[in-house]
Amino acid sequence: MSDENLQIFAEEAEDLLAVAEQALLHLDDLDNPAETEDGVGDLFRTFHTIKGAAGLFGLDPIVNFTHIVESVLGNIREGTLAMDQNLVSLFLLSRDHLENLVGAALAGVEQLDDDLEKVDSDLVGKLNDYLGKSAAQEQESNGPATSSEADPDAPEGVASTNWHVSLRYGPNALQNGMDPASFIGYLNTLGEIEHLTLIDDAIPPWTEFDPENCYLGFEIEVNAPDTTKEALEEVFEFVMDDCKVAILPPHSHIEAYKKMIAELPETDMRIGDILLACGALTDREKDDVLNAQDRLADEAIAGGEDESVPQLGSIAVGKQVVQQEVVDAAIKKQSDLKSQRENAMQTVRVNSRKLESLVNLVGELVIGSANAELNARRLADANLNEAMENLLRLVEEVRDTTLGLRMVQIGETFSRFKRVVREVSRDLGKDIDLRISGAETELDKTLVEKIGDPLMHLVRNAIDHGIESPQVRRDAGKPATGTVFLEAFHDSGSIVIRIRDDGGGLSKDKILNKAIEKGLVQAGQQLTEQEIYRLILEAGFSTADSVSNLSGRGVGMDVVRRNIETLRGQVEIASEEGKGSTVTIRLPLTLAIIDGFQVRVGDTQYIIPLDMVDECLELNDALRSGDSDANYVNLRGEILPFMRLSDMFDAERETHDKHRDHIVVVKCAGKRAGFVVDELLGEHQTVIRPLGKVFQNLREISGSTILGSGEVAMIIDIPEMVNKVIASGQLDFSPSGAVH
Amino acid sequence: MQQQMSQHVSAGDARGDSVTQFLTFVSNGEVYGVSILNIREIVSYGNITRVPMMPDFVAGVINLRGSVVPVVDLALRFAQEPAARTKRSSVVILDVMYEDEEMEIGITVDVVNEVLDIRASEVEPAPSFGTKIRTDFISGMGKVDNQLLVLLNIETILSVEELSAISER
Repeated sequence: MSDENLQIFAEEAEDLLAVAEQALLHLDDLDNPAETEDGVGDLFRTFHTIKGAAGLFGLDPIVNFTHIVESVLGNIREGTLAMDQNLVSLFLLSRDHLENLVGAALAGVEQLDDDLEKVDSDLVGKLNDYLGKSAAQEQESNGPATSSEADPDAPEGVASTNWHVSLRYGPNALQNGMDPASFIGYLNTLGEIEHLTLIDDAIPPWTEFDPENCYLGFEIEVNAPDTTKEALEEVFEFVMDDCKVAILPPHSHIEAYKKMIAELPETDMRIGDILLACGALTDREKDDVLNAQDRLADEAIAGGEDESVPQLGSIAVGKQVVQQEVVDAAIKKQSDLKSQRENAMQTVRVNSRKLESLVNLVGELVIGSANAELNARRLADANLNEAMENLLRLVEEVRDTTLGLRMVQIGETFSRFKRVVREVSRDLGKDIDLRISGAETELDKTLVEKIGDPLMHLVRNAIDHGIESPQVRRDAGKPATGTVFLEAFHDSGSIVIRIRDDGGGLSKDKILNKAIEKGLVQAGQQLTEQEIYRLILEAGFSTADSVSNLSGRGVGMDVVRRNIETLRGQVEIASEEGKGSTVTIRLPLTLAIIDGFQVRVGDTQYIIPLDMVDECLELNDALRSGDSDANYVNLRGEILPFMRLSDMFDAERETHDKHRDHIVVVKCAGKRAGFVVDELLGEHQTVIRPLGKVFQNLREISGSTILGSGEVAMIIDIPEMVNKVIASGQLDFSPSGAVH
Repeated sequence: MQQQMSQHVSAGDARGDSVTQFLTFVSNGEVYGVSILNIREIVSYGNITRVPMMPDFVAGVINLRGSVVPVVDLALRFAQEPAARTKRSSVVILDVMYEDEEMEIGITVDVVNEVLDIRASEVEPAPSFGTKIRTDFISGMGKVDNQLLVLLNIETILSVEELSAISER
């Protein structure tokens, strides 16, 4: 198979494995048997689909491994094995292993390396334990009841302990790309083929022979005590349309053999001999079968059954080989698969690079249209301007739609943590509940990818350091089960992700002592609460008394902070000792195009993200409340700190008579602040251009954009600036300051 | 650059003498040379957007066909008086490697002169003292018509660590 197809297989397998993980985690917190049944069904289908696809590619390690997983799941589905926590864990590990196997297959690894091999045999061993256990359980529970039915001495059952598979390929099998041998090879993975007879009776005289047709048939004896009829049928799922298959379980009723023989094109005697040769039938059984042959054929015709289209299910049911429920399940499975496929049709996979270049092109389009608009306005042609306006509206829609393509829900990232919480809390002997809210909150795909690892650290920290052991919790009068909350929501042009726990909280003294010990702060230095908490984000800081393999090495929080800061985001920590801590991450919604508000300060133009602009005011004396040097105004009874951007950005302050100062009031994280600018220039579609490494330390500017005129304008990082303004305002509000 | 020079020298030893081409330009009355291997293009001076809170010698950024390129004022970088801008003022766009990433940075010059061929054997190491600019800004002194031409070390002049330092205000 080509690499391209293998790539598609790997992508699909990845998706399926993600589905499997979800299904497993869902099972984990279910006590409801009906839903568990559904969940196991989902899992079975998922693993089965992977197995089927892997079989087509001849990826034997995956096929073999999935097969065992599937067998265990099959037993659970049949109720001979009960789903429990340990099994869920084992399936999760199996899922991970499969992921690695798929990865290895993609990398073209033919022979598994030692590590994988070891994991493989380890897991196979554990899974086989369950298979053995379930068989034992079956013996225990159903043993006495079924023994009489399955008694090989019973008159209707044959003595053979092997499955019998009768296979006749249709003439089109080769043309449809089926390789007759591959199915038999695959069959051999389920059990051992004890005897195989090639039936070449269908080959016509050479003059009529068409080399593109398949004339072959097989009678196969498979020794596979652990497999199910379904599993064997699945082997032939892909050729069902092109061939006739009959599968008879061990100790099948003689009637079943009779029926099968009746449907085969060869003469009864010949088949009888073959079956005898295979060891499927004893001599006496053969005679029984053949003697009754005529009667059976008559019955079948009288029954009005359409014999030309053999329906395995109905035959099997008729012969009491399988239960009606099994057939129903198979039909349900088929319809489920169909609906799954229909769902899949509604989405299109697009190479992210194509999407990237589309976004870049739209960026160019936005800049180009701004330039065109500028020139159109200069011409003052009414028709042109009207056309331009229409065009701009369309461009804006194209922009929003394009950016929308890159928006994904954060839920997928969040649900990854369910597993982390489950495993880590088990390792630590803690009882922890993960609650997720705002999973449907959308953010840019590039952000999602980059936020995963920092979030992982924070969640692990919350579990490891935050939540106390059940005993400590009970002593503190808290419920023994700790809770970690993961929340996401939009807030004025940002996305806010919050990781909250109801654990022990942060100890300010402990942090401070540690920081002094590590030389991060001087002893006796006065720090605010926020500053103390921020210390844990410093490199090499860790308060965990013991280093566990989860966290406590003091690299986590430092990495978290740096990762978030490179995304132009911010981290805030709040905590109450004994009650828990909250880490809040604030990130810009997108890294590509925003609606901006354009202002002028001195001779330079700046962009303020429009989402954060609350209102614009003229700074007049009425607002100033007397003191002309104060850096706050009384806005409708509220004290609003403000800052002159010209001072901050070291630009000349305009003071001529005609000049009027404007305040742009911005809002961020519930805080409001004002910026005094020289001129308001209105809305501007802003394509964000990163400023590059030279400006990496410049926190007040989040990027740049190219204006319609071709000039570059700076984008102001509002969250950073608001904090700055408020910090400078606080100085002024101190007791010595002029507060009225 | 230093390394590049020594490579040229050794190459010169093997097969006579290797030749490197240098672009020469004037900044504040002094002539300097930069290896043309570092030069991406030359654009006319104009439309530089100031970026606040950066060191003085970071003049700002320009729009170079849709990408935003930082520009360094060479005179201020050399701790000299700002140069007067004329019609002939230009921005020389250079390729700089930083953390395995190629980036473009512009430098302002008064006037661009010519491209000179200088043999490796005619390049002297930078004097350890007595130069008008920081000695680590100089990669060597090229002898041209019995005059010495200061060859600039672009890596140190456009060191991202120094450029990205936020000015103390």
